[in-house]
Amino acid sequence: MSMFVFTEEQQLLRKAVREFVEAEIAPHAKRWDEENHCPIELFPELGRLGMIGTFVPECYGGVGMGYIERVICLEELARHSAGLAITIMAHQLCMGGILLFGSEEQKQKYLPDMATGKKVGALSLTEAIGGSNFMGQQSTGMQQDGKWLLNGRKCFITNAHLADVDLWTVVTGKNARGRSVLTAFLMDKDTQGRMPGRAEHKLGMRSSNTGDISCVNVELDESHILEKEGSGAKIALSTIQEVGRAGMSAICLGILRGCLEESLEFSKERMIYGKPLHKLINIQFSLAENRLDYESARLLTYRAAGMKDAGEPCAGEFALAKYAATEGAIRAAKRTIDLMGGYGVINEYPVGRFLRDALTGSTAGGTSDVLKVVIAAESLK
Amino acid sequence: MELKIAVCIKSVPDPAYYDKITIDAKTKCLTRKGVPSIIGKGDKVALEQALKLKEKYGGKVTVIGMAPPEARFEMKETLAMGADEALLLSDRLFAGADTLATAYTLAQGLKKMGSFDLVLTGTESADGATAQVPAQLGECLSMAHLWNVKQFSLLSDNEIQATVGLEHAVAEYIVCLPAVLGIARDAGKPRYITASGIKAANCKTCKVMGNAELQAEENRLGETGSPTWPGDITIPSMKRQGRVLEGSPDVIVEALTAALRVAGINIQRKAV
Repeated sequence: MSMFVFTEEQQLLRKAVREFVEAEIAPHAKRWDEENHCPIELFPELGRLGMIGTFVPECYGGVGMGYIERVICLEELARHSAGLAITIMAHQLCMGGILLFGSEEQKQKYLPDMATGKKVGALSLTEAIGGSNFMGQQSTGMQQDGKWLLNGRKCFITNAHLADVDLWTVVTGKNARGRSVLTAFLMDKDTQGRMPGRAEHKLGMRSSNTGDISCVNVELDESHILEKEGSGAKIALSTIQEVGRAGMSAICLGILRGCLEESLEFSKERMIYGKPLHKLINIQFSLAENRLDYESARLLTYRAAGMKDAGEPCAGEFALAKYAATEGAIRAAKRTIDLMGGYGVINEYPVGRFLRDALTGSTAGGTSDVLKVVIAAESLK
Repeated sequence: MELKIAVCIKSVPDPAYYDKITIDAKTKCLTRKGVPSIIGKGDKVALEQALKLKEKYGGKVTVIGMAPPEARFEMKETLAMGADEALLLSDRLFAGADTLATAYTLAQGLKKMGSFDLVLTGTESADGATAQVPAQLGECLSMAHLWNVKQFSLLSDNEIQATVGLEHAVAEYIVCLPAVLGIARDAGKPRYITASGIKAANCKTCKVMGNAELQAEENRLGETGSPTWPGDITIPSMKRQGRVLEGSPDVIVEALTAALRVAGINIQRKAV
């Protein structure tokens, strides 16, 4: 993709994903949301179609495309089911960590099954003390008899109860300045002592699974460490910044497009004062604002993804993109509900779900206030 | 046996944009400006059948279409679905073709690409829906042809058995190859395109051919070679004359049913 034009391959990918999503996802999204059902049974099919391992190289079972293509897939999925999209996004966080920092042996062991949707991944970083204070986490890893002994509890983990592969960060020591040293570990679902806890009943993204995971005296050997002892903070940060925020931007982009399309369709069909709703000037303002929110988030998101594909530093750009996309999605969903009047709060229409999903999405991968701190820091450099 | 299969594809306006299509009053042609094109669903079903045959018996699937150069995108889509090569016949000389000129042009393109055991098409296009091209193509290629084929299987290297849907029945045929089959729209569900398929399509050939290379007879191409022309286009009057019936409900019902019968609508009294 050049700055403003998608390649023929990217256009074809969007068309192919949209066709699948409209036929196989859209008709079920409302029910999944109402039933708190995460359609994990679709993972193998999504993997076969290339919507999960999009950016994973072919030698590890992926498609070998880039981050722009990943954003295309997530945007199209989230247009109709943000919950399913965040399930894939969280899975890709774990895959991204392994891809960026794993040993060749770890990549060969985990990535082929994960890229094809046969196994599900999770990134267990956040603790009860708060996701933004990730350096203050209290889970520990201690060496004992040549093994690592992990203890702690993670919360608000997407795919907590579904994950076959779980990427954990724990405190394994203190540095000279007394700050925590984090180390990242990979563990399998059935590792003794690893226990998923409560499943959260959420405001939005209800077709995804979120919950606690505890480790009680989990024994792991050195082969489970990602990169090396002490790399945990770097792994967590770069995964969240350039994989997580990219994913959340893409998901909110899908919600934004949903708001735009729903508001256009409704305002053309709804007759008021004997004319279509869109003839009213205030409705035109709302349509224009929905379009502006979508287009600005779209440009920021795809620009950041393009930079990622080009190997350029893009943490600041993804912070900008995620802020614009998540805050824009909240505004657009509320605006669309207002535009629809009474129909906006009837669950037969998806906009109420869009608002709940957008509000939920704003907390994942850094709250808007955290993102503003990142944006300011990047600007002050 | 390895099969050489050709599939004819038509690039048609996306039904989601039908409300934006207009008809040029002068040329009587569709004005498709700003309306995206897609492959007709029926054509995708035909391609799906071809791909399944290839997976079962081996061979090669060639896609052919006649359209403006922008249709290269739809041809690439067929390659992403799994076709091996594509030929887009594109030339101003081909424009304005009716079904006969279309069938002739496609036949010339197929001859240029070699010989085929099977040529598959949809039953009818999503826009014109004349359903004439499969039979005309068969005649142009001097091949046996069947239309509305619900299912078919190979009996031997040179014979197929096909079930053809008729209005109130099905007919079983045994046909010698090569043959042209118009595949029924409900004969199967087209596969979804995979991201890997899209990548693979980059390595496949999509050739665009004009008449300079095709060398078809110019008087059989496009508008010149089309014996059908669109007639006048008029908008039927939807004016209605209102009539108020008066009296008791029983009287109104009697008068209404009598008026409807006079208008040719057969209303029968329900037996009590």
